[in-house]
Amino acid sequence: MSMKILLALLIGGAFGFALDRAGATNPNLIIHMLRLSRLHLAKVILLAIGVAQVLLFAGLLTGIVDPAHIHIKTANWGVILGGILLGAGFAVSGYCPGTSVTAAATGRKDALFFIGGGLLGAFAYMLSYGWVKSTGVLAKIAGGKVTIFPIAGTKYPALITAIPGEWAGIAMGLGFIALAFVLPDCLRCRVRKPAKAAE
Amino acid sequence: MTLSWKWGGLLLGLVFFAAVLLVKPIGVSTQFVILDGILWDAVNPEIVVEDPAAKHGYASPNPYLNKGGGKYAKNVANPLNYSFVFVIAMIIGAAVSAFLRGGVGRSERTMPEIWRANFGDAPWKRYLAAFAAGFVVIFGARLAGGCTSGHMMSGIMQMAFSGFLFTVAAFVTAIPTAIWLYPAEEA
Repeated sequence: MSMKILLALLIGGAFGFALDRAGATNPNLIIHMLRLSRLHLAKVILLAIGVAQVLLFAGLLTGIVDPAHIHIKTANWGVILGGILLGAGFAVSGYCPGTSVTAAATGRKDALFFIGGGLLGAFAYMLSYGWVKSTGVLAKIAGGKVTIFPIAGTKYPALITAIPGEWAGIAMGLGFIALAFVLPDCLRCRVRKPAKAAE
Repeated sequence: MTLSWKWGGLLLGLVFFAAVLLVKPIGVSTQFVILDGILWDAVNPEIVVEDPAAKHGYASPNPYLNKGGGKYAKNVANPLNYSFVFVIAMIIGAAVSAFLRGGVGRSERTMPEIWRANFGDAPWKRYLAAFAAGFVVIFGARLAGGCTSGHMMSGIMQMAFSGFLFTVAAFVTAIPTAIWLYPAEEA
């Protein structure tokens, strides 16, 4: 077994474990986050991004993290259209790709149906990719693979070059962590229906 | 037991960092394509073929599997690659976690309680909705080039412009949809 496969088992296993422990495999918590009635997972997401970001950019600054491991995805109209589609299905089901497979592993049968639909959706995209490309929605926005601030040692251009990206990244990460703490437990807190229950 | 948001967020954050430190950013949705490719190639072996001229050594008559010099085609031909094994390991990790915390309750296994409170107890309704949602989510994720893991978590932590675009688009759609679909709360 190669080193890379061993790392896939270890990091992937830890990721699946962490998703379940954080409550992300529970569609109730995802739907409650999206209807703003329980923000547990929003706080989890903000804290996780913040912690990962601070460690990443501190690691880049000190040379612990190899900048070659940075991988920036392309910005195009497909990102926005695809995000809209994903958002709609995310709200209906309470699953996203990663949490569907882990939720199925916890015994949720509806997640298996989500995965079945997902495999068909992926197949539909494979068949329609040529057409999608021909429409021009995959044309790059703002240069495509760009970061907000520049990251030294990578080939990616940045939108704002006035500030070194490593420090900006640490500051942004700390901002996300602060936001996780500031965000209340609910924004649309439980509204009790009057009438019947009072009898 | 579900961890508090502080422990849950810290744990997830450490995993996302460890992935970039040791290998590369986490992503999941591409593996739906790879699994489809494996199944498709099993039915029709012409779908992925060796091609020494291709950048990654494999080619496909399907433009999506063939893109980028046959990168996906190569992963279809060699399922024992990092990203595919990663998702298999996720499933194992989640199963272990669920087993240790005593699993998911029986009624929850068919549908989440919040669904039941809004749409009733019929499993087929939930299964049909989950199937349709799965179709739309993965189609959307492939169109976007990533999902909540690859674009939102990994993208934003690296300050990728695309990650912010994706996250705004997804949540601006998801929040009103969830508020509209789920007016009632579970008891």
